[in-house]
Amino acid sequence: MTPRAPLRPLTRILKARESGENPDANRRDHLHRQHEAMRDRMHQGANARLLVLAVCFLAAFCIVGFRMSILAASKPEEPRVATSGPAILSTRADIVDRDGRVLATNLVTNSLYAHPHGIVDPAAAARGLARIFPDLEEEALLRRLTSGARFIWLRRYISPEQEQLVHDLGEPGLLFGPREMRLYPNGALASHILGGAGFGQEAVNAAEIIGVAGVEAWFDDTLRDPVRDGAPLALSIDLSVQAAVEQVLASVMVIMNVRGASAVLMDVHTGEIRAMASLPDFDPNARPLPIAEGDQADSPLFNRAVQGVYEFGSVFKVFTVAQALQEGLVNPATWIDTMEPLQINGFSISDFRSHGPRQSVTEVMVHSSNIGTARIARMIGAERQQHFLERLGFFRPTLVEMAEGPLARPLLPRRWGDLATMTISYGHGLSTSPLHLAAGYASVVNGGTLIRPTLLRQDGPQNGERIVSATVSRQIRGMLRAAVTEGTARLGDVPGYAVGGKTGSADKPRSTGGYYEDRVLSTFASVFPVHAPRYVLVVTLDEPEIVALGEVRRTAGWTAVPVAAEVIRRAAPLLGLRPEIAAYQVSAALE
Amino acid sequence: MRGVATVLAVLAVIGLGYWAYHQNIMTQHSVREVTRLQNEIGIRRERLSVLHAEWAYLNRPDRLRELADLNFERLGLIPMSPAHFGNLHQVPYPVLPDRQIRQAGIENAFTPQGLP
Repeated sequence: MTPRAPLRPLTRILKARESGENPDANRRDHLHRQHEAMRDRMHQGANARLLVLAVCFLAAFCIVGFRMSILAASKPEEPRVATSGPAILSTRADIVDRDGRVLATNLVTNSLYAHPHGIVDPAAAARGLARIFPDLEEEALLRRLTSGARFIWLRRYISPEQEQLVHDLGEPGLLFGPREMRLYPNGALASHILGGAGFGQEAVNAAEIIGVAGVEAWFDDTLRDPVRDGAPLALSIDLSVQAAVEQVLASVMVIMNVRGASAVLMDVHTGEIRAMASLPDFDPNARPLPIAEGDQADSPLFNRAVQGVYEFGSVFKVFTVAQALQEGLVNPATWIDTMEPLQINGFSISDFRSHGPRQSVTEVMVHSSNIGTARIARMIGAERQQHFLERLGFFRPTLVEMAEGPLARPLLPRRWGDLATMTISYGHGLSTSPLHLAAGYASVVNGGTLIRPTLLRQDGPQNGERIVSATVSRQIRGMLRAAVTEGTARLGDVPGYAVGGKTGSADKPRSTGGYYEDRVLSTFASVFPVHAPRYVLVVTLDEPEIVALGEVRRTAGWTAVPVAAEVIRRAAPLLGLRPEIAAYQVSAALE
Repeated sequence: MRGVATVLAVLAVIGLGYWAYHQNIMTQHSVREVTRLQNEIGIRRERLSVLHAEWAYLNRPDRLRELADLNFERLGLIPMSPAHFGNLHQVPYPVLPDRQIRQAGIENAFTPQGLP
């Protein structure tokens, strides 16, 4: 930096005076030059600052651009360090029973495919494969392997043992693709509830599993939802109870030569289905094809408890009597005339066996009198009967969480006149599924609130709409108990569990019209324990026959009732119900 | 003075550079370790799911029933029935050792006087 020039440089002034110049002009000139120099310096400084700023901006833009190009060019990568918690294991959640026992899970296996151009010795490969997989034919396989195709699927999934055997063939053209396979470890148990699963979109390295029936189909989206994070779906089913029920029904299939059998065991307060079985059944691991001809109801795929709609007969009397009690038309002791067959529109209603000219409402139920029930129904009338049955849910499909649920539509009479009112009062003319019946019974006996059957584990009672009063519910339970202790269902008593129930033996309708003489649908709808109801059990046998006391017996009292009693005997301890009479007897014996 | 400061600064830069490099290497090592562990967790989880499936398969009610039938002689297992419920006072509790001793009539077995 140059030393600052003095403002009044005396030497310069003196010099200027000596040479005769104007010192003021000289000074102005000097100041001007000084100002110019200052301005130049400031200019330079500003330029330098601008340059630095520009360089900074350029660097920032370069960094941003560089980072963007890197992000655009690089492959996406999962954050490796920050992941924690349970990773999603499989694409489909497990299904478990109410205690967490596995009903359906996934297994990682491989699929087998071939690249024919890569196969060294097609003949040997075909021979080896036919030996490993007995259902593949060697000639057909050889034809396919030599057909010039680029790609052939051989098996959807193979077991690890089969994989090893294929490896041992040493053929480079046989390749494996990873597959997830739906596995039902319990085999045919609860097969109708679970339904089954198949493959949807397939590729070499993955395939999606989709539910094809039952719970698997209904909850397909839920089970595949990644938000669940692999949390299993808990059903209301109890695996051990389900196994006991199916075992009893399976032995009945043999003993009574039954065409089909079904049972629904339901909690009367929560609507949880604890066990639901339909025989014949199938193995969901190898779901059979639907039958091509004949009645679909004979297919093992047919779920009698949900899809089958039947006229149940006398078990429906409960609803008629419950309504009459609720509306104050009768009380349990009211006398009903059951003298002679009731004639209406040229149709005669008669009883299986006469029990005297008049009976109380309780006796009508206990002796299962058609005439008596029809007379009560006439008091109620068609319109109010329809309204009551509709509120109980008999007019629409059950909302049970299965793919088959919405398809089971009850069959209603075309004209609901006086005759239909009377026949429906004792269970003819209205076809519903056993599940409808179980839900209806649960709603009437649980204290009188509507129950919607469900297959999901619940936390508390449903507390639905009120159907009948608690008093009527108690009276109905008393009648059901009387039917077991002194009526048509005497074989249904299980010591300790105070079973109450109503039998129903309905002649099966012919497809051509009219009814068969010797084919019945025998049903027992029961509740236990009667004094503090917990469960409803509906057992339905299709065309049962048993020889007892030297006669062929088909009525429910001889067929469905003992079966239901056996189911209760087996299932109630598993449900944690303590027998009450037995406890008294034991303590009495000890004292 | 100035020279010393410069030398110290250079040393500090070298030190910090080494430290940063070391941390970088350590981080890479940790990331590799985490990746390996996560792969292992994945494999173990897959194995676990297979074991769960096998466990469920081995515990299927059909098989348990067959096994119970096969070993009936030895185990005497039958399906649970209402008659199997009992009362608490029916359970034979084992007699506690000190009570046994009292019953045997030697009250002061644990006192020095009782010793021979």
